[in-house]
Amino acid sequence: MDTLPYLFAGYTAIWIIFFGYIWWLQSRQKQLQQEIALLQQKLAASEADPPA
Amino acid sequence: MSSRLSGLFAGLVFLSMGLALYMVFIYAPTEAQMGVVQRIFYFHVPSAMTSFLAFFIVFITSIQYLRTRQEKWDQLALSAAELGVVFSLIVLITGPIWAKPIWGAWWRWEPRLTSMLIMFTMYVAYLMVRAYGTRPLQTRRLAAVLGIVGFVNVPLVHFSIELWTPEQQLHPQQVSLDPHMAYTKYASNLALFCFFFYLLHWRCQLEKGSRLLAQLRRQAEALLPEEKR
Repeated sequence: MDTLPYLFAGYTAIWIIFFGYIWWLQSRQKQLQQEIALLQQKLAASEADPPA
Repeated sequence: MSSRLSGLFAGLVFLSMGLALYMVFIYAPTEAQMGVVQRIFYFHVPSAMTSFLAFFIVFITSIQYLRTRQEKWDQLALSAAELGVVFSLIVLITGPIWAKPIWGAWWRWEPRLTSMLIMFTMYVAYLMVRAYGTRPLQTRRLAAVLGIVGFVNVPLVHFSIELWTPEQQLHPQQVSLDPHMAYTKYASNLALFCFFFYLLHWRCQLEKGSRLLAQLRRQAEALLPEEKR
């Protein structure tokens, strides 16, 4: 029995899971960095210009 | 970890993974009975070992968190649990793909497969508790208890082959590997362990970032008027 398609399917699944997880980590990191920078900017601006 | 050290570690992951893939597809001989599909073994088994390592880290760091209440242990536990689930998922997907041509079925309710599925489900439940818990401190405590109790299942998965009789299972009780195959398995183990620790560091940094963001949001809520948040 030719089992090559199963081998191909197995390693394809492994790399999809690895790269999918790395992609999720990267996009989450980017989103976090943007949100942190924006909030820090807003907080710094409010400290420089406190409400009367 | 500095960015230079992180770069070096990424290089180590890349090299070890390259070496493992070379050994899996070129160096290791084709198994006589199962044919080429047996090469799934070189990532299937090391993925299982990596998930056991991840859940052991969850176990230790959960104990540490309950003892000290330091956030670093909780961050490490959450990160390791998530990675453990990723590596278990690989085991649960590659297993049936390997089983189909060898056993003639995608799935059998035999001890190793069933206990692995239970372990996976328990840690998915752990992640759900973390994701949907509304009170952070209570959620962390509950998750730590789950991280300790859930680990009971890990040795059960590992030793399931010896605990049940051969008639009740499809996994072989003893495996003797050709030296080339054994070296290939060690290389894959090394590559996946390096990859795991690289991802663990990355995931911990992300968790630190998430907690910093939550802290900044609380500050913004206290300091800024609603239209400026």
